[in-house]
Amino acid sequence: MCLSIPSKITKIDKENNIATVDTMGVERQASLELVDQAVEVGDYVLIHIGFAMNKINEEDALASLEVYKEIIEKMEEDERRQAILEDEACPNKA
Amino acid sequence: MEQLKLKDLYDGFRNPQTIKALKRLLDKEAKKLNTKINIMEVCGGHTHTIMKYGINQLLPENIEFIHGPGCPVCVMPKERIDHAYLLSLQENVILVTLGDMIKVPGSRGSLQDARSKGADVRFVYSPLDTIKIANENKDKKIIFFAIGFETTTPMTAALLEHVIKNKIDNIYFHINHITVPEPMRVLLDNQDCKIDAFIGPSHVSVITGSKIYEEFVTEYNKPVVVAGFEPVDVMQSILSLVKQFNENKCELEIEYSRAVSYDGNLAAQKLNDKYFIKAEHFRWRGLGDIPNSALKLKDEYAFLDAELIYKDILPNEEIDDHKLCICGDIMRGVAKPNDCKVFGKACKPSSPLGSCMVSSEGACSAYYKYGNLL
Repeated sequence: MCLSIPSKITKIDKENNIATVDTMGVERQASLELVDQAVEVGDYVLIHIGFAMNKINEEDALASLEVYKEIIEKMEEDERRQAILEDEACPNKA
Repeated sequence: MEQLKLKDLYDGFRNPQTIKALKRLLDKEAKKLNTKINIMEVCGGHTHTIMKYGINQLLPENIEFIHGPGCPVCVMPKERIDHAYLLSLQENVILVTLGDMIKVPGSRGSLQDARSKGADVRFVYSPLDTIKIANENKDKKIIFFAIGFETTTPMTAALLEHVIKNKIDNIYFHINHITVPEPMRVLLDNQDCKIDAFIGPSHVSVITGSKIYEEFVTEYNKPVVVAGFEPVDVMQSILSLVKQFNENKCELEIEYSRAVSYDGNLAAQKLNDKYFIKAEHFRWRGLGDIPNSALKLKDEYAFLDAELIYKDILPNEEIDDHKLCICGDIMRGVAKPNDCKVFGKACKPSSPLGSCMVSSEGACSAYYKYGNLL
């Protein structure tokens, strides 16, 4: 019941306060009644049971990703090699 | 700035290499700990992330998860499900609720069973879909069986707003909205409590803000990190907690800052306050009665309250889970699903005896599914 995927706003019906959103390729509609910030087409929102709960801060998301990239870059050489070897051995790797 | 794509987000938050890197950092940090720490993930969504991605197996030996009571379906007492069951069997009633409730058995059966007896039970993706059902069935009474924590409460409030503003006269409400801080307090006040730190729920916190956990840091001296649902979110949050222990800190942190703020969604909170007040009591499945841990409609909206309108047919007796079920102990953190005698035997997702097996987000259900017992 809690799981949610960030959705991108592709259209806004201002009259009814409803957004059309794209969630990993799936298009659906969501009410914008609960969003307390201004949103526009192109923004990312978190959708839960038919409502956008809030806008997702894109910069924050990018910054988090940067942190993880940095972690990998700062790993010691042997650790990095081991991580890559383990990753190579992953049976699910396409 | 380069445009962020969804795929990039997921690659980052589920990247095995990133998770392994975090594991190594966590191992290093955990070696410095002079004690074992038990971390409660309050939310059932986190329990699932932990089991699905095997995060519990990645943890150093001195860190353990305690699975909390944060699944609204799991903690719904049987007598409330009986209410839904009985309401659905009333003449000219359509009972509407969210999908997770379908299989959960009360003492008389589940809503699925009620349906097989002829009840008109419908499951909606969004509470607003109830309006369409009401418009298409003007001769029927539509009862919205509202469930969930702070996450789903504003959506019910939004439906109330539509009903009142548009003078829709055939939608009623049975309110079962519960709140997170009170059960956390109950768990900490228990003398058997083994919780050293919390991973705060994701979506509840989007609405409430992280401020609702302040008391656990200042009064109970338990650090809290609000985490997102992705495996990297959870790993990063555990790392933050362990660092706090090593640095002798006790703080409230938001790892899930891409969606959560300290104050939360103020518009949603305002809407909740317009329609709801605290209910004096709510009996939690597995945890018993917890005062002020649920919401009810304000008196001025009593004319919409199905619990009052149908009070003559709705019983009030308390109904406990099967005697062998240890879900209460699991949610208090003093037992694990595997410790239960009936786990995976008499109690399975298809025939759950206790609260933690009834919803896919319950700890027992997660252990069953990802322990390859399915």
